[in-house]
Amino acid sequence: MSAALQPLRVTEAADFVATVPTGLWRDAWKRLRRNRAAIAAAMFLGVLSLAALLAPWLPGLADPALQDLKLSATPPSAAHWFGTDELGRDLLSRVLWGGRVSLLVGFIGTLVSLVIGVSYGAISGYAGGRTDDVMMRVVDVLYSLPYIFLVILLLVFFSKSLVMLFVALGLVQWLTMARIVRGQVLSLKSQTFVEAARALGLSGSAIVFRHIVPNTLGPVIVYATLTVPAVILQEAFLSFLGLGVQPPAASWGTLVSDGAKVLALFPWLVIFPAAALSLTLLAFNFLGDGLRDALDPRQRRDG
Amino acid sequence: MSTYVLRRLAMMIPTLWAIATLTFFMVRLAPGGPFMAEKDIPPAVKEQLMRRYGLDRPLGEQYVTFLKNAARFDFGPSYRFPARSVREIILEGLPVSAELGGWALLFALLVGVPLGVLAASRHNSATDHAAMTLALAGVSIPNFVLGPLLVLVFSLTLFLVPPALWQTPSSRILPVLTLATSYVAYIARLTRGGMLEVLGQDFVRTARAKGLPESSVIGKHALRLGVLPVVSYLGPAAAGIIMGSIAVESIFGIPGTGRFLVNAAFNRDYTLVMGVVLFYAVLLMVFNLVVDVVYSWLDPRVELS
Repeated sequence: MSAALQPLRVTEAADFVATVPTGLWRDAWKRLRRNRAAIAAAMFLGVLSLAALLAPWLPGLADPALQDLKLSATPPSAAHWFGTDELGRDLLSRVLWGGRVSLLVGFIGTLVSLVIGVSYGAISGYAGGRTDDVMMRVVDVLYSLPYIFLVILLLVFFSKSLVMLFVALGLVQWLTMARIVRGQVLSLKSQTFVEAARALGLSGSAIVFRHIVPNTLGPVIVYATLTVPAVILQEAFLSFLGLGVQPPAASWGTLVSDGAKVLALFPWLVIFPAAALSLTLLAFNFLGDGLRDALDPRQRRDG
Repeated sequence: MSTYVLRRLAMMIPTLWAIATLTFFMVRLAPGGPFMAEKDIPPAVKEQLMRRYGLDRPLGEQYVTFLKNAARFDFGPSYRFPARSVREIILEGLPVSAELGGWALLFALLVGVPLGVLAASRHNSATDHAAMTLALAGVSIPNFVLGPLLVLVFSLTLFLVPPALWQTPSSRILPVLTLATSYVAYIARLTRGGMLEVLGQDFVRTARAKGLPESSVIGKHALRLGVLPVVSYLGPAAAGIIMGSIAVESIFGIPGTGRFLVNAAFNRDYTLVMGVVLFYAVLLMVFNLVVDVVYSWLDPRVELS
């Protein structure tokens, strides 16, 4: 008899988990749609990402590596919308190709921090007790390290490869995510659906990753949206110092850095990459703010 | 209170030890030595150099010596500038960096807090929306982007202020502005959020009911609590300003400590790198401690334990 009951209970539990969030998501979507700034930001990011993604196949877009010394450092014109750099390379094309790198670093860095932070926070919060204490103590200590210096050392002394950059940036960003997820898990784990899952004999990892983590998605999405610009910013900062993306590849950080050196002579070389970088960061921040207001209306702490 | 401070100071030691150890081994295990640039130096000279810096001893012994000396803030001579000690180099740049960072933090507070209070006191008005949109824009412009743009507009087009260096008072304007802008913006957002929360509380209603003028309701009663999120943000802000000063110092050619870190790392100047990293770590931890003490002074509900 108990064997016959069990599958039924499982589907009930699954229904419960599945239906509650749908209402939440629909509600959130309604709130988000009313936020015109957030929608505009999302559309801007969509178009930009698409343009960056499709840059190799965009018709009429010059090869970003194509040098033409006759066109050395020409101001913006009909043929070259953003002008050209000292080597005669088309700046619009360089900005779009640079965007590929910057956005890729932003998304992958966020993904790394997401995987580490969510698992770490969920395990810590669900385990509780001594394990939780130790795990959070480690996070506290890591927080107090002057991280950026260690990242700089890592990049200088070992290798300036993209992979190292992803690792270094992901390592910096997961701490806050872990704290957020842990807080959520702490409040969720005493709820009845978790008790039900435990009563059904599910393993700890199944409870955490199949039942609890999906319910932390709201805050996680909000924070992830705000992590992407943070990672892009860090990458640009490191590239600005000459530690990030190495030539001939370019990111927005290296373009700004190169442009800043010839600021007085060819101002467009800094203006366009700077605008691309700043507008992208602004759009992500607007979208993140909008998502927070939509997904978590009570948590409007810092305005 | 004093036991709390003492305990916090004692807790810094293991953290510092961890940072020192990590830095030491990272630097030593890295491929390439400090004398790589001078590949052609005769073996005898190289041997002498290695001996002078103690690099010929076993790694364990080097580590112990390093820890002992680091405790006295003595990192020996710089590899790159052998005539000068690391301590000298750091202390020489420090007043400049401290001035830059101090002005930036002060400016961020003096502009950010009033802006946030203004936005909160006119919640959902046009002023509020304008201030917050501006603040979000400010957060989104990295300092190394803002710096060149400010130079372009105010130095190279309008000729109002010098484009670089750290000499006349007017040469300080652009670097400080560059470093402070994103913190002005973030502090304004934090203040607004904190104030909005406080303004809805009972004691504020009581103060208003007593017939106090709005200015003293906000300035005397609400501000003290409303500004708490800003106080707890000061630790991360100081860390961010130190990091930002690395970029700002190199954009404007300011002879501060931050600039040394990147140069030293590129030059594989081991002793200088370790010195600067540990120095900044101590600075940050002391600052965080001060922030926590100030926090409990502002909000008596928080007990230091």
